[in-house]
Amino acid sequence: MKLELRGITKRFGSLTANDHIDLTVLPGQIHALLGENGAGKTTLMNVLYGLLQPDEGEFILDGQPTAFHSPKDAINAGIGMVHQHFMLVPVFTVAENITLGVERTHALGLLDRRRTRRDVRELSERYGLHVDPDALVEDIPVGVQQRVEIVKALLREARVLILDEPTAVLTPGETEDLFRVMRELKAGGTSIIFISHKLREVQAIADTITVLRRGKVVGERPPTASDSELALLMVGRKVELRVTKAPAQPGDVVLDVAGLTVPTGDHLLTDHPAAVDDVSFQVRAGEILGIAGVQGNGQTELCEALMGLLPSVAGSVRLSGRDITSATPRDRLRAGVGYIPEDRQEDGLVTDFSVADNLILDVYDRPPFASGLSLNLDAIRSTAVKRVADFDIRTTSTSTPTGTLSGGNQQKVILAREIGRDVKLLVASQPTRGLDVGSIEFVHRRIVEQRDQGVAVVIVSSELDEIYALADRIAVMYEGRITGFRPPTTSAEELGLLMAGAGTGPDAGTQAGAASDSPGEPTEPV
Amino acid sequence: MTAVASVIRAPRTVNRRLLTAAAFAVLGLVDVFVFGHLAHAGDATFGLSLPGAAVTVPSLHVPAAPVAYALGAASIVLAIGRAAVELGQRVRRVTIAAVLLFFVVALLCWADAGNAIPLNLVNLLAVALSSSIPIILGAMAGCLCERSGVINIAIEGQLLFGAFGAAVVASAFGGLWLGLVTGSLAGGLIAVLLAVFAIRYMVDQIILGVVLNVFALGLTDFLFDRVLTPYQNRLNSPATFASVKIPGLGDIPIIGPIFFDSTIFLYITYAVVILVQVGLFRTRWGLRVRAVGEHPTAADTVGIRVLGIRYRQVILGGLVAGIGGAYLTIGSVGSFGEDMSSGLGYIALAALIFGRWDPLGALGAALIFGFATSLEQILSTLGTALPSNILLMAPYVVTIVAVASRGGKIRPPKADGKPYVKA
Ligand SMILES: Nc1ncnc2c1ncn2[C@@H]1O[C@H](COP(=O)(O)OP(=O)(O)OP(=O)(O)O)[C@@H](O)[C@H]1O
Ligand SMILES: [Mg+2]
Repeated sequence: MKLELRGITKRFGSLTANDHIDLTVLPGQIHALLGENGAGKTTLMNVLYGLLQPDEGEFILDGQPTAFHSPKDAINAGIGMVHQHFMLVPVFTVAENITLGVERTHALGLLDRRRTRRDVRELSERYGLHVDPDALVEDIPVGVQQRVEIVKALLREARVLILDEPTAVLTPGETEDLFRVMRELKAGGTSIIFISHKLREVQAIADTITVLRRGKVVGERPPTASDSELALLMVGRKVELRVTKAPAQPGDVVLDVAGLTVPTGDHLLTDHPAAVDDVSFQVRAGEILGIAGVQGNGQTELCEALMGLLPSVAGSVRLSGRDITSATPRDRLRAGVGYIPEDRQEDGLVTDFSVADNLILDVYDRPPFASGLSLNLDAIRSTAVKRVADFDIRTTSTSTPTGTLSGGNQQKVILAREIGRDVKLLVASQPTRGLDVGSIEFVHRRIVEQRDQGVAVVIVSSELDEIYALADRIAVMYEGRITGFRPPTTSAEELGLLMAGAGTGPDAGTQAGAASDSPGEPTEPV
Repeated sequence: MTAVASVIRAPRTVNRRLLTAAAFAVLGLVDVFVFGHLAHAGDATFGLSLPGAAVTVPSLHVPAAPVAYALGAASIVLAIGRAAVELGQRVRRVTIAAVLLFFVVALLCWADAGNAIPLNLVNLLAVALSSSIPIILGAMAGCLCERSGVINIAIEGQLLFGAFGAAVVASAFGGLWLGLVTGSLAGGLIAVLLAVFAIRYMVDQIILGVVLNVFALGLTDFLFDRVLTPYQNRLNSPATFASVKIPGLGDIPIIGPIFFDSTIFLYITYAVVILVQVGLFRTRWGLRVRAVGEHPTAADTVGIRVLGIRYRQVILGGLVAGIGGAYLTIGSVGSFGEDMSSGLGYIALAALIFGRWDPLGALGAALIFGFATSLEQILSTLGTALPSNILLMAPYVVTIVAVASRGGKIRPPKADGKPYVKA
C-alpha cells in the first residue's frame, strides 16, 4: 500500500508539533523517521493512527484521500502501530491482548478460546514471532511483549506498520530478531515506518530516512548517509558522538555495598530465587562504575534497593561510612543520593504535575523553594526556567503538565532534577534511553562533569556504547550476581560473554582494589 | 545460590503461614474453652425442616459440649498442620473453610445447648440468604462499575433510591412489577449522575459517591417527611412479593426451602451473579470491560470506545443496585422507612473489595455478611446468654481471617477511579 501524508499539521495550543509534513511511504518500504526529542515523531504517528486529529492536511492511501477519526478507522484502512509505551493489558493473556477488539466468538459473544489460540499461534509461527498465547503479559519480558504488539498489528492485517522506538527497550539479540521480522514483513509487501534514535540501527535497516526537526521535515537521506551527517541534520549543530573525558581520580569510598540480597517480587519468575544475589561493590568519589548486563538480570532491583524502594533481606549499604541499609528513600535523598529511575513515567515523574513542580519534587520542602509552611513560587519558577534552558527541555512553558512532553523530554526533566542538585552519589538507570544523539552527548557530558566534581556515579545500562562512553570501571550483572569487574578497555566480546553468564564468580574481576575487597563478608542475619 | 536464596527468602512465607496457623488455633481455642467449656449441659437441637414441609426431616440432636470440644480439637490439629507444612492452594482453602465452619457449628451448639426451643437451621440459612440479597446485588453493581474503571461509592444511594422508588410506585399504582422496574430505574438515576460527573466532568469519584449518598439520603428523608408520611396509605403501603416455590426443586428436603422457595428477588440475584461472572470472564463484552478498567489507552488504541463502555457499565450497575433497593421494600417489609438501607451499600462495597473485585468472591463475602446479620437476629430470639454485640463482631473477625489467610495480592482494576483523557 502506498501511503502519502500531505501537509499534516498538528498544533497543541501555541505549539506546532507537526508543521505541514509531507511524507511518502512506498509499498514494502522501511521508512525510518529520525528526529530529536520533541521533534514531533510520535505526534505524527498518533495522527496517522487516528488517536489525534490533524488541524490541517490529509492522508492518501493508494491514491484515495482518507481521514481517520479514530484508531478503528486507521486499523480498518490497514494501519497498525506499536506504541512507544506499550499498549498491553498486563493481567490479560497474550492471546487476549492480541485479539482485543477483534475477538473470536461463538454465538452470544462467548469467547472462542480455541480459535483465538489457534489464530495467534498460526500467525506467530508464520513470522517466527514466538509467543505463548496463554502466558500473562505481565509475566513476559519486554522483548516478548513487543512481539505480542507486532502480532497484534499483523492480526489486523496491517499493511503499514508503525514502530515507535521499538528498540529502546530491547537487548541486542532481540533487536536482531526484530530486524529479521521486519525484513520478512517487507518481503511480504508490508510498509514499515520505523522510529529510532540509534543511527546505527537506522542505517542498517532503513530503505530511506526522513529527518524531522521542530515539527518540520528537514530532509530525506539514503541509509548510506554518515552518522555525522544525520546527526547534524537532526540537531542542527555538530554533535560529538563520543564525549572526551580525562582519567578518573578516585577519592574516598562513597558507596559501599556488601552482600546485598534482594528477593524477587512475586510476579517474577519463580526459578529466579533472588533478584539481587549477594552483590558487593564499592564506588569512590570521582569515579563512574558502569553496571552492564542484559536487561532483567537484577539491575532494576539493585537500583531500587540502593534507593530503599525495595527491601533487602541480607547485606548492607553504606554511604560515606554511614549505614543506610534500612534508611527510607527520603533519608537517602537527604543524605545526598540522586536517582534516575528506569521507568520514568511510573517512578520518576508525577505526570499530571507541571514541569516546574516535577523539577523540585524531592526538595520542595527545603529552602529556597519553601519558607516555613509555604512554597516560594518565584524561586521554583526561576529555577525551572533555568533548568529548562540548561537541559534544553522542549516544552511550551514551565507550567505545562509533564505528561504531555515527548518521551525524551520527560527523561530530561528527571535528569535536570537529579543532576541539578548537589549529590554525593548518583544512581542512574538507563539514563539516556529514548534520548536523541544531541541530548545523549549533553547528558554524558554532565555526568562526567559531576564525576570530576567528586560525585560517585553508578550507571546501569544495557547499552554497551553507553557503558564504554562513561564507565571508569565495569561490573557485569548476570542472574542477580556480579559476574566480574573489568576495566573499560575490555573488548565487547569479552563483556558480551560475561553478560551471557560466562563469568566464574563475583570476584573473578581483574580490577581488584576497591571492587572485590569484601566478597567474603558475612551476610547480616535477617 | 539457590540454597542461600531460599533460606533468606523463607521468612516471608513462613510469617504468613504462622499467622494463619495462629488464627486457626485461636478459633479452635474459642471452640474449646468458650463454646465447649461454657455450654449448658444437654443436647443442642437443630431443626432441619420448616413447618408444613412436604417431607419432614427429623431434627438433629447433638451433645453440645462434646461436639464443640471435638471441633475445637480438629481446628487446633489443622493449625498445627498448617504451621508445619506448606500446603497447596486448594488444600489451604479447604482448611480455612473447615475451620470457619467448625467455629460456626460450635457456636450454634453452644447457643442452643440445653434450650427447649430447637434452632431451625433451615430457617436460619433461608433468612441469611434473603438478607444477603441487597448486599449481593450491591456488590454486583459495584463490580460492573469498577471493572470498567469507575469507583462506585454510591451503591448506598442507589439502594436507597431503589427502595424509595419501588415502594412509592408499587403503592400508588398497585403494581409490584412496576415497582420493581421503577426501583431499578431509580438506582439507575443515581448512576446516571455518577456517570456524568465522573466520566464527563472528571469529579473525584470517591467524593462524588459520598455526595450522591448524602443527596439520596437527604432527598428521600425530605420526601418521606413531607409526602410519604401525610399520605402513608396511598403512597407508602405497597404490597410485597410473595414467595414462589420452584416446582420440584423447592420440595427437596433442606436444600429446597433454603434456595428454591423465596421471592423473585432471590431468583433475580442468581441470574445476575451468573450473568456477571460469565459475562465478565467468558464473553467479548467482559473482555472489553476489563480492558477498559485495566488499561483504557490500550483499549482505545484497538478501537474500543472507552467512555461509552464506562457509561454503560455505571448505569447497568445502578439498575442492578436499584433492584437490590427494591427488595428492601417490596421484597421484604413493604413500606419505606428513613435511611432504610442503613449502610448495606457500604457493606456491599466491602464485600466487593474482600472478594477482590471478583463476582464470586464478592458473592462469598456478601453471604458471610448476610449470615452474620441473620445469625444475630435468630439467636436473639432464642434468648441465649450471648451479648449480641459480640455476636455481631464475629463475622467481621471471620472475614479478616479469611482475607488474611488467602494471601496474595489484592489488586483492584488498575485504572479504577482514574478518568480517561485522550492522549
Ligand atoms: N497532548 C499534548 N499536549 C500538548 N503538547 C503535546 C502533547 N503531545 C505532545 N506534545 C508536544 O508535542 C511535541 C512533539 O512531541 P512528540 O511526542 O511527537 O515528540 P517525539 O518526536 O516523539 O520525541 P521523542 O523522541 O522524545 O519521543 C513535544 O514538544 C510535546 O511536548
Ligand atoms: Mg516519541
